[in-house]
Amino acid sequence: MANPWSLSGALRGVFGRKTIDDSTWDDLETSLIGADFGPDVTEQVTDELREKVARYNTTDPADLRRMLRETLEERLSKLDPTLKLSNRPAVVLVVGVNGVGKTTTIGKFAKFLRNFDRSVVVGAADTFRAAAVEQLGTWAERAGVSIVKPQAQGQDPASVAYQTVEKAVREGIEIVIIDTAGRLHTKGGLMDELGKIKRVVEKQTEIAEVLLVLDATTGQNGLAQAEAFIEHAGVTGLVLTKLDGSARGGFVLAVQEQTGIPIKLVGQGEGIGDLTGFTPHVFVQNLIG
Amino acid sequence: MATFGSLSDRLAQTLTNLRGKGKLSPADVDGTVREIRRALLDADVSLDVVKAFTGAIRERALGDDVNKALNPAQQVVQIVNEELITILGGQQRRLEFAKRPPTVIMLAGLQGAGKTTLAGKLAKWLKKEGHTPVLVASDLQRPNAVTQLQVVGEQAGVPVFAPEPGNGVGDPVKVAKNGVKFAEDKQYDTVIVDTAGRLGVDADLMKQASNIRKAVDPDEVLFVIDAMIGQDAVATAKAFQDGVDFTGVVLTKLDGDARGGAALSVASVTGRPIMFASTGETLDDFEPFHPDRMASRILDLGDILTLIEQV
Ligand SMILES: Nc1nc2c(ncn2[C@@H]2O[C@H](COP(=O)(O)OP(=O)(O)OP(=O)(O)O)[C@@H](O)[C@H]2O)c(=O)[nH]1
Ligand SMILES: Nc1nc2c(ncn2[C@@H]2O[C@H](COP(=O)(O)OP(=O)(O)OP(=O)(O)O)[C@@H](O)[C@H]2O)c(=O)[nH]1
Ligand SMILES: [Mg+2]
Ligand SMILES: [Mg+2]
Repeated sequence: MANPWSLSGALRGVFGRKTIDDSTWDDLETSLIGADFGPDVTEQVTDELREKVARYNTTDPADLRRMLRETLEERLSKLDPTLKLSNRPAVVLVVGVNGVGKTTTIGKFAKFLRNFDRSVVVGAADTFRAAAVEQLGTWAERAGVSIVKPQAQGQDPASVAYQTVEKAVREGIEIVIIDTAGRLHTKGGLMDELGKIKRVVEKQTEIAEVLLVLDATTGQNGLAQAEAFIEHAGVTGLVLTKLDGSARGGFVLAVQEQTGIPIKLVGQGEGIGDLTGFTPHVFVQNLIG
Repeated sequence: MATFGSLSDRLAQTLTNLRGKGKLSPADVDGTVREIRRALLDADVSLDVVKAFTGAIRERALGDDVNKALNPAQQVVQIVNEELITILGGQQRRLEFAKRPPTVIMLAGLQGAGKTTLAGKLAKWLKKEGHTPVLVASDLQRPNAVTQLQVVGEQAGVPVFAPEPGNGVGDPVKVAKNGVKFAEDKQYDTVIVDTAGRLGVDADLMKQASNIRKAVDPDEVLFVIDAMIGQDAVATAKAFQDGVDFTGVVLTKLDGDARGGAALSVASVTGRPIMFASTGETLDDFEPFHPDRMASRILDLGDILTLIEQV
């Protein structure tokens, strides 16, 4: 099988040389573009590093490597990645485009919270996609948490969300996680539906977190996704999934910077344990090797 | 955040600057090529493909075969458009049907790309064309993938062969093989095999896909890829080509605003034609792929062409 592309692989050429020259910069650019940082961020980072290299008057690729690591880490660390789950119940709404990993993330997250002995209920407010309710049901079972399902096929998702929060309030369940149907950010009607879900939930309690799930294989479209979901759903945190593949998800740097919304969780597999918090240091380490 | 959308504007601006020129100078071409490069990168076309592509554009724009009836800006747009369409496959290709039925179509791709939905779309479309398709549930991995395929089959009005419950239970290779046998026995003329999503870097699962392929000897293997994918498109497409090999590509989620540069990357790197476009969540949102429309989409050339006509 072909070797997966990796930034560290691509950068081996850059830092393997004896001295920094033109091809070093070409390779650096290639590597950053290849990791989906996008042409803008790539240009900024490259310019910044050129300036530093000139300022410190170095020709050693090892210095450049360190500077690259520092630059990316510093930029990724500007925001606070902690989840705010102190409300009772703490309601978490999970949104995103189709197939990015919302339902799977909810399964993992529910388990993660169970590991800390928190009580959790999940709400199957994706009443549209084929077998979405059953899929969340399987995850709820695996995580050992309760679930609220629609009573009828195609029930209004906002009412499922409402009933989930209602159950949590009634039974003193600490955390509510609501699954929503995948929707492309360009579809006005579907985006408005998210606003409705939010409003209906807010009649009972404040929403603690609105998590936007972004797929690491996504390219520059991730920016447009973030922009629209922030506008329509008031996103408070990002989840980056599928980081176990060969894609590096570099576009999230631009998303973080342009929106001011931090990455809070990272998914790296289809297993129930494959979810972690976001650590810039680790992220950059995986990127640069 | 309006800064996201300025790419075709910039390209249009560069091209407009060429408007008054009688002949293209190397400097003109370089400036334009730089913007085209940028536009392609913003559209997520793989950097290697961008380099090869802009190289070809530069050569042709400076060559002798440019269309003298057009102004330089129009010439560049025309060249870019032609080159894009060439890479995207020029003519669209139709499904290959087996001489002796059943025709077997296997689907493969990354997690969440849209395979199961496509299985339903294909089935519905084939049925309308007078075929008798059956769906085979060989994704025994993803939670409730089997249920999902059953629902989709019901929506399409076609039978689903699903002898195993999935969720980790059952052998997908065996199910695929028995699915084809089932179709032979019951005289269904097409078999669509849904498979689990898998990563290009997952050697074990790639091997499994290859085993499914060997077991059913498909007439078509369709690689399903999300139009929103970034630079990883190439590594992933290569991994699937090496791992299972595919005969055609289906681009999904084209109903969004992704420019879909992956189309260019995958077509150019694998040499496999893009056959279908998936354009929505319901089963009718499905059409044959049109290289010319995709070319305009990647560079937003529709707008640019209009703009140049106006000048
Ligand atoms: N490799 C990998 N696969 C993942 C990850 N997260 C989710 N997946 C897979 O991606 C596919 C889609 O996941 P879902 O959780 O159904 O995605 P979704 O966003 O809920 O999808 P819709 O509800 O249809 O919009 C499934 O096959 C998951 O197993 C991850 O971190 N890594
Ligand atoms: N907007 C839009 N959504 C689509 C399209 N095709 C599929 N989807 C949605 O994308 C999500 C994933 O689709 P699936 O068919 O489950 O994808 P899959 O490749 O079978 O996923 P796995 O089996 O988990 O690997 C679902 O929410 C689908 O409704 C499309 O063309 N446009
Ligand atoms: Mg879901
Ligand atoms: Mg599927």
